[in-house]
Amino acid sequence: MVKNRHEDLGLSNEKVIEIYKTMLMARRIDERMWLLNRSGKIPFVISCQGQEAAQVGAAFALDNTKDYVLPYYRDVGVVLTFGMTAKDLMLSGFAKAEDPNSAGRQMPGHFGQRSNRIVTGSSPVTTQVPHAVGIALAGKMNQEDLVAFVTFGEGSSNQGDFHEGANFAGVHKLPVIFMCENNKYAISVPIEKQLACENVSDRAIGYGMPGVTVDGNDPLAVYQAVKEAADRGRRGEGPTLVETISYRLTPHSSDDDDRSYRAPSEVAEAKTQDPIITFGAYLKETGVMDDALEKELNDQVMAIVNEATDYAESAPYADAESALQYVYAEK
Amino acid sequence: MPVISYIDAVTMAIREEMERDSQVFVLGEDVGKKGGVFKATHGLYDQFGEHRVIDTPLAESAIAGVGVGAAMYGMRPIAEMQFADFIMPAINQIISEAAKVRYRSNNDWSCPMVIRAPYGGGVHGALYHSQSVEAIFANQPGLKIVMPSTPYDVKGLLKAAIRDDDPVLFFEHKRAYRLIKGEVPADDYVLPIGKADVKRQGEDITVITYGLCVHFALQAAEKLASDGISAHVLDLRTVYPLDKEAIVEAASKTGKVLLITEDTKEGSIIGEVAAIIAENCLFDLDAPIMRLAGPDIPAMPYAPTMEKYFMVNPDKVEKAMRELAEY
Repeated sequence: MVKNRHEDLGLSNEKVIEIYKTMLMARRIDERMWLLNRSGKIPFVISCQGQEAAQVGAAFALDNTKDYVLPYYRDVGVVLTFGMTAKDLMLSGFAKAEDPNSAGRQMPGHFGQRSNRIVTGSSPVTTQVPHAVGIALAGKMNQEDLVAFVTFGEGSSNQGDFHEGANFAGVHKLPVIFMCENNKYAISVPIEKQLACENVSDRAIGYGMPGVTVDGNDPLAVYQAVKEAADRGRRGEGPTLVETISYRLTPHSSDDDDRSYRAPSEVAEAKTQDPIITFGAYLKETGVMDDALEKELNDQVMAIVNEATDYAESAPYADAESALQYVYAEK
Repeated sequence: MPVISYIDAVTMAIREEMERDSQVFVLGEDVGKKGGVFKATHGLYDQFGEHRVIDTPLAESAIAGVGVGAAMYGMRPIAEMQFADFIMPAINQIISEAAKVRYRSNNDWSCPMVIRAPYGGGVHGALYHSQSVEAIFANQPGLKIVMPSTPYDVKGLLKAAIRDDDPVLFFEHKRAYRLIKGEVPADDYVLPIGKADVKRQGEDITVITYGLCVHFALQAAEKLASDGISAHVLDLRTVYPLDKEAIVEAASKTGKVLLITEDTKEGSIIGEVAAIIAENCLFDLDAPIMRLAGPDIPAMPYAPTMEKYFMVNPDKVEKAMRELAEY
C-alpha cells in the first residue's frame, strides 16, 4: 500500500474521489471538444489536458462560496470546481445563446460566470492578473473574507501585467494567489527560451511574497500549496506565487500542429505521468477506489458529457441582431 | 454662486461622490499624500485616508487593471493617469478589458470606472506632456470619452461619469486647470454624458469644438459680434459617442461650419464630426466644412516658437471664423 497522503491534508476519501471525478470530467469534456472539432461541428478547442490535477487540486483548496477565480483559457478544472457545468461548457463550445460565459460571443476557453464569481476574461494573455489584484483590494476595502485566485501560463509570466500586478499585491499585502500553470510550452516556444531564471516561482522574491514550485501532476501537492496560500491571504499576510509543473498533452489548440516543434517521444514520455492515470493509481493503491468504482465514475461522467453535448448541439444560437446588445448598460 | 477654477471643480466632484458613496475611491501615482502633481486630489487623502486615496506603484497598466478588477467587483474606482501621454501602457487594459467587459460577458459583468487624465498643450510640456489622446479611444464602443470645457461642466460631468455603469475616460485640459474659472453650484447636480451643449447662440456661422478650444471660439465670437457676425458655438463635451442630433442641428442652423480640435488633424475627433455633417446636412450647407487643428506632426515641440505654431489659439480661431463667414 502506498502512503495515504490526503488524510494528512484533512481530505476525506469522499473528497478525493470528488477531486478525481472533477478531473475526469474536465478531461472527458476536453476530449469530446476535440472530437467535435475534428468532425467539423465546432470551430475551435483549446485544452486543459495534462493540467487537470493542478486546476482541480487548486480550486478545491479555495472556498467556492466566496472566493473569486480569474481563470486562463485552459482552466476547465477550475471553473468546474466553481460551479460551471458540462452543459455550460458545451454551450460555449457550440457558441449557443444559453452559454453563460458569453452567450456565444467569445471563443471557448474565455470563461466567466458572475453567479459563481468566475471573472470574465479575454484573449490577450495576463490581463486578468491586475483584475485579481483589484478584486482582492476591493474585498479588503469592504472587509470581506475573500481570496482572489488567478492563473496564467509560464509564457504569461513575462508579461508586464504579471509583474505590475504581483508588485501591487505585494506592496498592499493583498489576498491574491498567483498560480502559474507551467506546461513547458508557450505555443511552440519552450521554457528555456521564456525564462532566464530556473523557476517562475523565483520571481516571487522581487514582489515580497513567497514562491513555491510543486508537482502539477499531483492534485494533493497543489491542494496543499494553494491551501497554505489561501490561509496566508485570509490571515492578512499577503499574496503567494504558486507554480505547478505539468505538461501540455495536446497541441496548443485545435489550430496548432505540435509535431513541428516537439518530438512525439517527448509527448509519449509525458503521457506516462498523465495525472488522470497517476492520481487514479494513487486512489487504487490507497484503497479509496477499486475497478468497479472507477468504471462507475467514468460511466457517470460520460453520461453527463453525452447529455451536455446533445443539449448544446441542438440549442439555438443567439439572434444575429443581438450582436448589438450590451455595448453599454441598458436601462 | 461661487466662482472656482476648473481643477477645483474636479476635486469638488470627487469629494462629493466619495462622501456620497463609500464604494468610490481614487488610485494613481502621487494622488495621495501629495494630492496629485496638479493637485486635483488635494485634501482627499486627509479627508478619506490612505485606503480610499491610494498612492500606487508607478505602473499605468496596473493602475487601470486594478481599477478594472475593483469595478468588476462592484466598486467605483477613479484611476488617475498622471498625464494623458502616459496612458499608453494601460491601453490594453482600457481597450481589451474595460471597454469589452460588459459586451463579452453578455451583460453578466460590468466595469463602472473612471479614468481621469490631464491632456493638452500650451504649457511648455513638449512631446510627452501635451498630447491629446482622445482619438485613440474614439472608435472603441464600450467606452465613453468626456472632455469638458468649463468648471460647471467638469463638476456635473465628472459626477455623472463616477455614477455611470460603464467605463468613462475623463480628459481634463491641463492649461484650463487654473486658467479657466466659472460659477459652480455648491449643491449636487449631474450633467448628461453624451449630450453636447450650445455655449453661444448665433446665426451666421457654427463652430463645433471641445475642451480649451471652446474658450478660444467664444472669445473670437465676441470679437466677430462687434463686426456684425453672429457665431453659434457648440461644445461637444462628450467626444465619444458623439451627440449626432446636436451636431446636425448646429450645422444645419447656419450652413457654415468650422470644426476645431487641438489634436493633430488627420484621424481626429472632428473628422467624424465632419462625416456626420456630410451624411446628414448636405443640402443645408452653404460652405465646405472647414477644419482647424494641429499640424500632422508626432506631437507638440518644446521650443516656444514651435509650440505656438502647433497650438490652436484665439487668433487662429478668429481668422478661421472670419474666413468662413466671408465664404
